[in-house]
Amino acid sequence: MKIAVCVSHVPDTATKIIVGPDGKTIDQNGVAFILNPYDEYAIEEALKTKEKFGGDVTVLSVGKEANKETIKKALAMGADSGILLKDENDRDSLGIAKALAEEIKSLGPEIVFFGKQSVDYDNSIVGQLTAELLNYNCISVVVNLNIDGNKVIAEREIEGGREVVETTLPVVITAQKGLNEPRYASLKGIMAAKKKVIDEKPAVVSEPLVEVIKMNKPHMKQAGRIIGTDKTAVPELVRLLKEEAKVI
Amino acid sequence: MANKILVFLEQRSGNIKKSSLEACCKAVQLAKELNYDFEAAVVGGDLNNVESVGRYGIGKVVHFKNDSLKDYSSSGYSKILADQINQIDADIILLSNTALGKDLAPFISIKINAGLVIDCIKLEIENGEIIATRPVYAGKALIESKLLSNKKIFTLRPNVFPIVESDNKQTQVEVVQVENPDLRSRVIEYKKSDGKRDVAEAEIIVSGGRGLKGPENFNLIEELADSIGAAVGASRAAVDAGWRPHSEQVGQTGKTVSPNLYFAIGISGAIQHLAGMSSSKCIVAINKDKEAPIFGVADYGIAGDLFEVIPALTEELKKYKS
Repeated sequence: MKIAVCVSHVPDTATKIIVGPDGKTIDQNGVAFILNPYDEYAIEEALKTKEKFGGDVTVLSVGKEANKETIKKALAMGADSGILLKDENDRDSLGIAKALAEEIKSLGPEIVFFGKQSVDYDNSIVGQLTAELLNYNCISVVVNLNIDGNKVIAEREIEGGREVVETTLPVVITAQKGLNEPRYASLKGIMAAKKKVIDEKPAVVSEPLVEVIKMNKPHMKQAGRIIGTDKTAVPELVRLLKEEAKVI
Repeated sequence: MANKILVFLEQRSGNIKKSSLEACCKAVQLAKELNYDFEAAVVGGDLNNVESVGRYGIGKVVHFKNDSLKDYSSSGYSKILADQINQIDADIILLSNTALGKDLAPFISIKINAGLVIDCIKLEIENGEIIATRPVYAGKALIESKLLSNKKIFTLRPNVFPIVESDNKQTQVEVVQVENPDLRSRVIEYKKSDGKRDVAEAEIIVSGGRGLKGPENFNLIEELADSIGAAVGASRAAVDAGWRPHSEQVGQTGKTVSPNLYFAIGISGAIQHLAGMSSSKCIVAINKDKEAPIFGVADYGIAGDLFEVIPALTEELKKYKS
């Protein structure tokens, strides 16, 4: 089975966000970048799918030269080859999806994995956009996946539970935490990754539909008050919730 | 341009969701400011009192009906709605940013060639253009953006936009029977989780963290939550330790929430957690370390032993509720 997995290169979740000099993006000074956490579940599921059905796993990423680090991480986990669709500029979700769809079209995988969202812009839509551009079926926010012949049955997380979705290949799956336990790259895997090929080509040009006007820091709450250090503070807390905050 | 807004009503078991009413109210308000027409669309089987949206100013609802569309089908719903948007030539489309709305909106956007901004917490008109504000980096920053396409889709974060009754209208419901819906992808079963309430939709959340010391002590959190009808949440530390399911995780790799009242219990307040909950309207922190960062965002804090404070709080709230 031909399998693709799309990954993004994002600031570490422990990053303190500072608005950059352009007022529209973050200040990247001193920011450590990592493989998007949700993409780890996507890679793991791609590898498990390969182990079950045979085939190969291609990793794709849209962005700058630095994204190769993230592609290498996926190769070290066990993916077979990588493709960097290069663009020095940031793109909106549709721009990323168009670049990926164009490349995936020529690869022709039966299944494409994404993380359910990237933790930078928190857009949880690139997987769906790519699927629609390719006319693939799509199931998002997946926590359980079963493929049987041409049939795909997945559970996706929704409010208050899970819904079980049935569809057919070819399919795009976006992975949610809980889908699997991502493996660590072994030393052997890291060494092997050095010999694997990362293809590089320019991402197809596309017109953005979203224009960012500015980035702000949210209005942070002022620290309130500590009303006590033991259970004798409880009646006062309940009174404040009732009379001052009016939330109960 | 037809100068028209279409608002999508989401139903579950035939009932319109509360978050869709929030989208209705925003649609009515935007329509007034822009001098636009507006109407609603809903997809499903039999519906219960869809006419009640009249109370929020919606005069017309088109109900696309077929029993096989009772549950969500991304292929079916997106095709029907894209056709309807083109049919009535709507140029602004509002959905709520629920699990369904987030899944559905991008499919529609490609079909109708529209730009899309998801998870908006503010939509305002400046010089005739809609400016959408949404959180990024799990709420550590906000971006304001506008769409450059003719057709524009926005999904609205639940629990943020107010529901206001206005211009009580007699709602006209037009039923359209759908022939042969596209069911290539469809929901075949719903599995309700064991938890009683979901953090994503709750007005009150009680979250526990590593300070609970073990999964067996989460009964303290559950009892407190039960006493005030709250949902149970958890910090990443508690989820990664396997104490609680991921569906309860609040924070950057979990859910971003903004309930009316948030209790953070035995949670120190790592930046990833603060990002996911600091927009809550009122925050109570209970933690024995008075230097914990969580107190920096809390309205009220008790810097004490949670094993002593929580049972007392549960009792006090039970007393208050009865």
